Amino acid sequence: MIEFQTASKTYGQTEVLQGLTLAVEAGETVVLIGPSGGGKTTALKLVNGLVQPTSGTVLVDGRSVASWDLLALRRSIGYVIQEVGLFPHWTVAANVGLLPRLLGWGAGEIDRRVNELLELVALDPGEYRQRYPRELSGGQTQRVGVARALALKPGILLMDEPFGALDPLLRAQLQQELLLILAEVHTTTLLVTHDLPEAFRMADRIAVLVDGQLQQVDTPAELRRAPKSEFIRRLMAAELMEGGNQ
Amino acid sequence: MTCARVILALLAGLLLGAPHLHSQTIVIGSKPFTESYVLAELMAQLIEAETDLRVERRFGLQGTFTSFTAITEGSIDLYPEYTGTGALAILHSSDPADQTLDSLRAKFSRRWGLTWLEPFGFNNTWSLVVRRPFAQRHGLATISDLSQLTGLRAAFTHEFMRREDGYPGLVAAYGLQFAQARGIQHALAYEALNDDLIEVMDAYATDGEILRYDLVVLTDDKGFFPQYLAAPLIREATLERHPQLRSVLERFAHAIDGDRMQAINRRVALAGEDYPGVVAEMIRENRGAAVDRPPPAGRSLPPLFHQTMRHLLLTGVAVGMAILLAVPAGIALVGRPRLAGVILMLTGIVQTIPSIAMLGFMIPLLGIGVRPAIAALLVYSLLPILRNTYTGIRDISPALLEVAQGLGLDRRRRLLWLELPLAVPVIFAGVRTATVIAVGTATLAAFIGAGGLGEPIVQGLSFNDPRMILSGAIPAALLAVVLDQGLGWLERRLG
Repeated sequence: MIEFQTASKTYGQTEVLQGLTLAVEAGETVVLIGPSGGGKTTALKLVNGLVQPTSGTVLVDGRSVASWDLLALRRSIGYVIQEVGLFPHWTVAANVGLLPRLLGWGAGEIDRRVNELLELVALDPGEYRQRYPRELSGGQTQRVGVARALALKPGILLMDEPFGALDPLLRAQLQQELLLILAEVHTTTLLVTHDLPEAFRMADRIAVLVDGQLQQVDTPAELRRAPKSEFIRRLMAAELMEGGNQ
Repeated sequence: MTCARVILALLAGLLLGAPHLHSQTIVIGSKPFTESYVLAELMAQLIEAETDLRVERRFGLQGTFTSFTAITEGSIDLYPEYTGTGALAILHSSDPADQTLDSLRAKFSRRWGLTWLEPFGFNNTWSLVVRRPFAQRHGLATISDLSQLTGLRAAFTHEFMRREDGYPGLVAAYGLQFAQARGIQHALAYEALNDDLIEVMDAYATDGEILRYDLVVLTDDKGFFPQYLAAPLIREATLERHPQLRSVLERFAHAIDGDRMQAINRRVALAGEDYPGVVAEMIRENRGAAVDRPPPAGRSLPPLFHQTMRHLLLTGVAVGMAILLAVPAGIALVGRPRLAGVILMLTGIVQTIPSIAMLGFMIPLLGIGVRPAIAALLVYSLLPILRNTYTGIRDISPALLEVAQGLGLDRRRRLLWLELPLAVPVIFAGVRTATVIAVGTATLAAFIGAGGLGEPIVQGLSFNDPRMILSGAIPAALLAVVLDQGLGWLERRLG
C-alpha cells in the first residue's frame, strides 16, 4: 500500500504539491484527477522516488521511500507513462523481458514470462515477439508498455495518463481490458488522468488535485452525490452531460 | 575532472617516450626546398658509404624553426643550415661580426651544444630576381634600380616575409615600394613570375630556376644580404660519439661552387631527375673512382605502400585514442550542460588553430616525427567525437530515460542498454568526420618529419613537380573516401 503523509514539493517559488495526505489501500485503484499542473504527476513520482518531497513523507508498504533502496523499490513497482518509452532498438520480446533480464533470469524462464504477459495484454506472442516498437500501432505500443510494467508481478502499479495519446474508442477498449487485468493481478494502482470518464470507469476512489491541493477523495458515487468544491461540482455536471450523451 | 587527468596522463606518456636517438643511427633533417634535400641526401649517402652507421632521413621539415628546434631537442642529429640564417634568424643578431664561422661556432656551442662543420663552398645568398624583358624595359641591374619603380607586385617565401634579413629589412634599406607583397611557396613563385602575375620575387642565388627561366638577378649593391654559406650543422654530442663523422661530412668542404650547385639544383628541380641518383653521381665524380658500395635505394619516391601504411598508422592511432578519450568524456558531460558548453567551446577553439601551427606547437613538446603528428591529429579528432557523443546521448527522448529510471535500471545499465546503443549512429558519424579530417591533416605531418602520404606532397611542392604532389594527394583523398565508406559499412553491420 501507499501512504502520503503531508507530502509537499516545491520547485523554486512554485509549490506544486501542498501537504498531500492520502492512503491507497492494498489492491485498491485510486485515480488522481485534476487540471494539468495540479501536481498529479509529481505525486506519482514521489512514490517511485523519481521526485523527492520537499517536506513530509511517502510510505510504500509501511516504509518511507527515503529509506528504500531505490532500485529495489522501483523494480517492485510497475511504471507506465503516456509516451510508453519502449526501447526502440529492442524487439517487443526484449522490451517485455527487460526487468526479468535485469534480475538475471534464465533465457527459457524469460521467454515463458514474456509469452504469458503478451497473452495477458491480448497480443499474440507468435506475431508480436519479434516486432520492433516502430512496427506497432499506438494501442499495441501501450499494451506492450503495460506488459513490461507487470513483468515482475509488482504489488504496485503507477500509471501516468497511460491512454492519453489514443483515440476515444481505442481508449475505452483498453480501459476495459486494463480493468480485467488489474482484477487478475491484484495490484495496488495509482493512476493519473485528466479524463473524467476514464477516472469513473477505472477508480475505486477518485482524488481531485487542484493547484497542488487535494480537494476531495471519495468513491465516484460519493463524489457525484456530495462534491466538496465548486470545481468538483462543475466537473460532475460536465460528466453527467457526457454520460447523458452515451 | 577525471577526463582532464586522462588527457594529461596520455600527453605525459607521449612526452616521456619522447624521441631517444639510437646511438648507431644518425638522423638527418632537411628543409623543404631542393637544395636542402640535395645537401641532406649528400650527407646521408656519405655516412652510409663510409661508416657502418644507419641513417634515418627526416627531410622536408617546415622551415628554420622546425629544423632548428628538432636539432636542439635531439630529434635529429644534423641538417644543412646557412651561416647567414644562423646569425640573423637563429641568433637574431644583425652584427656582421656574428656572421663569421668562428663566431657562429662559439655561440652555437655555448648555447645549444651544436657546431658548424666546414661549409660546402658556395654562397647561397638571397637575392631578388625579375624576368629579363622586364629588366631590359626598365633598365634594371641592381636592387637600387628597383626602388625607382612603383606599383610592383611581388611574392616572397613566408620565411623571407618575416625575417629581419628578408623583406622588412630590405624594404627599409632600399626604400622599395611594393603595391603588393605576398607570402608564397617558393617553387610556385617561379610559376607566378613566369605567368606575369608578379614582377619581383626572392630567390636563392643557386636556384636552378634562374637558369631555366632566364631570370635577371639584381645586384645587392648596398650589401644588405649577408653571406649564406651552406654547412652541416651538427650536435656536438653526436660528433663526440662518432668522431669519424667530421671527416666524412667534410668530404665536400669548399668543393661545390655556386655554379655547380645551381646546375645540380636545376637538374633535380627542373629536369625532374631523382635527387638521390644525382647525389650518388656527385659522390662518384668526387672520388674519381667507382663506389665500393652501391648507393642505397632512392628516397624521392618511396613505395606508396609504406607511405599509406604510415598514414594509416598516424590517423588510426590518433582517432583511436580520440575515441578512448572523447566517448567517456562525452558521456561524463551529459547532465552537466554548463561544463559541457565550456568544454565543447574549448575544443572548438582548438579546432580553429591552423594545422601547420598546431604541428608547430607540438615540436617543442614532443620533437618531430610520429609522436607530435599523432598528438596534433588527436587534438583535432576530439571535437567531432566529443560533440557527437554528448549530443547523441543528450538528444535521447527524456521520457525514454525517465521510464528506464522508473523501471529500476541502474546508471550502468541505462548507459549500456539504452543511451550508448541509441547514440551509436551519432557517435559513428563523429568518428567518420574525425577520420576524414585526420587523413587530410596527416598530409601536413610530413612537414615535421612524420612521413605518410604528405611526403610526396611536400617534396613535390619543393620541386614544383605536380606529378609528385598528385602521387600523394590522390592516394590520400582515396584513403579518406575508403575509410569513410568502410566505417559506414561497419556501422550498418553493427546497427
